[in-house]
Amino acid sequence: MGIELHSVGSPPGLRLSQRIRQIPWSLVILVAMVASIGFVMLYSAAGGDPDRWMNKQMIRFAVGICVMLAIGMVDLQRLAKIAYPLYAVALVLLIYVEFAGEIGMGAQRWIDLKVFQLQPSELMKISLCLVLARYFHGLSYEEIGRPWVLIPPTLLVILPAGLVLKQPDLGTAGMLLMVGGAIFFVAGVRWWKFAIVFALGIVGAVVAWNSGFLHDYQKARVLTFLDPSRDALGSGYHITQSKIALGSGGVWGKGLLQGSQAQLNFLPERHTDFVFTMLGEELGMVGGLLVLTLYSLLVVYGVAIALRTRSHFGRLLAFGIAMNIFFYFFINTAMVMGLIPVVGIPLPLISYGGTAMMTVMVGFGLLMAVYIQRDHRVGRRSSNEE
Amino acid sequence: MGRIKQQQQSHQRVFTRRVAILGGLKFGLVGALASRLYYLQVIEGEKYKLLSDENRINHRILFPPRGLILDRFGIPLATNSPSYRAILVAEQTPNLQATLEAFSAIVPLSERDIARTLRQRQRTQDFKPITVKDDLTWEEVNAVELNLPDLPGISIEIDQKRVYPFGGITAHILGYVALPNEKDVENDPDPLLRQPGFRIGKNGLERHYDAALRGGAGESQLEVNSYGRALRELARREGDAGSDLVTTLDIGLHQFAHQRLSSEMAGAAAVMDVYTGDLLALVSTPSFDPTAFYRGLTNDEWHELSNDIYGPLTNKAVAGQYAPGSTFKMMTALAALRAGIRPTDRVYCSGVTVLGSARFHCWRREGHGSVDMTNALKLSCDCYFYEIARRIGIDQIAETARMFGLGNIEGLDLPGEKPGLIPDRAWKKGALGDIWHQGETLVAGIGQGFITTTPLQLCVMTARIANGGYAVKPRLVRRIAEESPNDEGNPIFPSLGLSQEYLKVLRTGMDMVSNTERGTAFRSRIDIPGMELAGKTGTSQVRRITMAERARGVLKNEQLPWNQRDHALFVAFAPVHAPRYACSVVVEHGGGGSAVAAPIARDILIECQRRDPSRRNPNAEGGRREMP
Repeated sequence: MGIELHSVGSPPGLRLSQRIRQIPWSLVILVAMVASIGFVMLYSAAGGDPDRWMNKQMIRFAVGICVMLAIGMVDLQRLAKIAYPLYAVALVLLIYVEFAGEIGMGAQRWIDLKVFQLQPSELMKISLCLVLARYFHGLSYEEIGRPWVLIPPTLLVILPAGLVLKQPDLGTAGMLLMVGGAIFFVAGVRWWKFAIVFALGIVGAVVAWNSGFLHDYQKARVLTFLDPSRDALGSGYHITQSKIALGSGGVWGKGLLQGSQAQLNFLPERHTDFVFTMLGEELGMVGGLLVLTLYSLLVVYGVAIALRTRSHFGRLLAFGIAMNIFFYFFINTAMVMGLIPVVGIPLPLISYGGTAMMTVMVGFGLLMAVYIQRDHRVGRRSSNEE
Repeated sequence: MGRIKQQQQSHQRVFTRRVAILGGLKFGLVGALASRLYYLQVIEGEKYKLLSDENRINHRILFPPRGLILDRFGIPLATNSPSYRAILVAEQTPNLQATLEAFSAIVPLSERDIARTLRQRQRTQDFKPITVKDDLTWEEVNAVELNLPDLPGISIEIDQKRVYPFGGITAHILGYVALPNEKDVENDPDPLLRQPGFRIGKNGLERHYDAALRGGAGESQLEVNSYGRALRELARREGDAGSDLVTTLDIGLHQFAHQRLSSEMAGAAAVMDVYTGDLLALVSTPSFDPTAFYRGLTNDEWHELSNDIYGPLTNKAVAGQYAPGSTFKMMTALAALRAGIRPTDRVYCSGVTVLGSARFHCWRREGHGSVDMTNALKLSCDCYFYEIARRIGIDQIAETARMFGLGNIEGLDLPGEKPGLIPDRAWKKGALGDIWHQGETLVAGIGQGFITTTPLQLCVMTARIANGGYAVKPRLVRRIAEESPNDEGNPIFPSLGLSQEYLKVLRTGMDMVSNTERGTAFRSRIDIPGMELAGKTGTSQVRRITMAERARGVLKNEQLPWNQRDHALFVAFAPVHAPRYACSVVVEHGGGGSAVAAPIARDILIECQRRDPSRRNPNAEGGRREMP
């Protein structure tokens, strides 16, 4: 089997026409469906004004589809090659914004490139998947059992996560850690090592809480999450109003443009972080479950690709991307429903804003690339293979 | 090759297994999301629906129009009138300062007005109106309306304000409305009291009938956004208008009496229908401006009013307690008749009555010679009443006086009514811990000493003498329009059970006071046929005349400072042969009753009879009510 695969796999790559024929249109349609729900919600969030948010979002999505298809055409071998340089660039940019970034929402997060605003942390979400896939691709199962082999990838995760947390962006830092951890896990890192890290993590959290590493507003968010009534008009206001909006939507919702919480401004950030709340208010539990189902299908799609792929690099990359999408929508929806603290993670494709959309579209592009080249080999060492 | 293959297979096995584990975990998490959605939207859905409505709907209280207060003929005494207020919405003007300057060019604003507006602006959200100027005149409103294009953000709002067309003349009876204080709010759960700018009755009828006059709050449900800006009205329920109050006053007479009495420094007068108890006029001078209380008094104004020696804030008609002086002699006479003294019994007046070592003087140093009861009333002979008082004792006098309403609260609808004082042995023992001396009986017999009465009580006393001994009670309100729209009926009063002969003696005596020569009020008689009055003068001392002063010669009132002069009193009824109206007049420190109080009472009673509806139009008011 394996020998045949190798022979099929070389010469590397398919011709462009072959790749185009392989495009998984069902994935594209699924993505478009989620994005369309987003358009409808942005139309409603603006009180029926398409120009305010919806039209811009459609343009972004059109660009995003092109990016997705373009990345889907890229050779896996080439992706493996640029994994380390891309990671390096992302890390440098993260360090750069630490000193010179624009301040938005009380945190240093982006670089103004005039054409668009680049968030290095978003770039890092993608590069981290690539670089970890690339690293573990080069290791055998036995090698993974050796502790020192795990030191470089651990640093690859800890460094950017720490920088992002410093920005401070608790949500994204958490996502980087969890996506990284998930890739470690499926790559075959031994169970007991996770137990140790988990224990260390708890100790670290306690230390961080007491050492002043967390900003006051971050602490407030955690405390408010634990007891929203602690600050009903301040930090707790968001969550309280969000729960009222969701709950009052009922099974069928109040109807588009009819959500009193969203339309009368009681719901903060209704077009960005709390767009799911508005959807729940106006379209009810039915609408909410539909969105959760569509996102779950996207994640299942990604995991299915990972399982179908022969190359370890492709498998880990596809799985990492799927985890990214999962954490994106899980953190956002759990946050607006009051299950976890408010951490400021948007709902990709539906929330207004280009950055999160670009990240997931790039991610879907990578998924597509893996899918198209699911039966291809990727060299262990990029220099001496092929 | 085989090793690589084997390695790859084991690698893939681990990968697949672990992906499956994480997949299960993810399904669990998505399941948690779905259950949370179900919990919030279905199980707790109703609760959150309520909360979202609470957010969305702002309940605004609407003020009901306050009931009017009318006189007996329907002339309004207290009304509501639109008050125009210039308001400014900050977000609608590009330049607040410029708008205020432009406004000031049309309606001058003082430095204080501008400072207050700017201060309010600091505390108010952009879209909420702030008051620029209150109480604009109609001309000012027109000028502002005309220039609205140049006054961005300005608009005119209409409020209701309470207006008293007769001002101070009715202030003591109507009272006034003012902002509730903390205690009012604490004791009254009505949401209206918690609204800024809402005023409640704080004195007089406005206070006593506040519940009826106030009405019930209306409500407007407004949909608001999170900033509190009203977007539209969802529902509106107008409040229940307050009930109108029809008083017994004849405002024309009341106003006349007020003006007539204002010729003196301070005083009170009451005019009452002797059969129905309707108070046609109830005057106390000087008065105060009720609108000052409406807008709120400054400290200085309050200080000035409350320290004024003429007592403008006191309703002297019901709260002024004066020794009745000789107007009390009817009570002493009646007590004597009831005790068996015949009206023809004579007493010799030499000008002084000696009791033990004490000397009691008649007002006429030379004395009146031998007088019977009616002549004693006519001449107001003190010695006669010293003598009969001595014979019957204080307790009998007190009992009779109380039958005629003296020493009691009349239970009028006004706050602050005072009972006066009718002393007897028991009272002195209880209040002063001392036994009653006979000399005090003599003094009481001429209405001096411990005795005090209010002008209202004197009027009631006179009415009961005039109406043949019925226990008529005074009233100020005929009906509350909403509660008893058709109730024009007059109350029926029980008889006091006195012999008509006795009362006739009193009425004859009072007739002689006014209508026979040498009567103490002969100069203040009414000589219009059919309108003649019968009265009794009274002059009550407020200081003690010492033996030394009496030896030097008693000082004339004009020689004394105002507040040491005698009170002048007069009570009367008219017409003398078919009594209908009773009147009492007290002029504080006015001097002699016959010289000062009687002419005022005469003028009031002439005006009163001229205004009598049965004279003006025999069919206007269900005719005279005859008492058997």
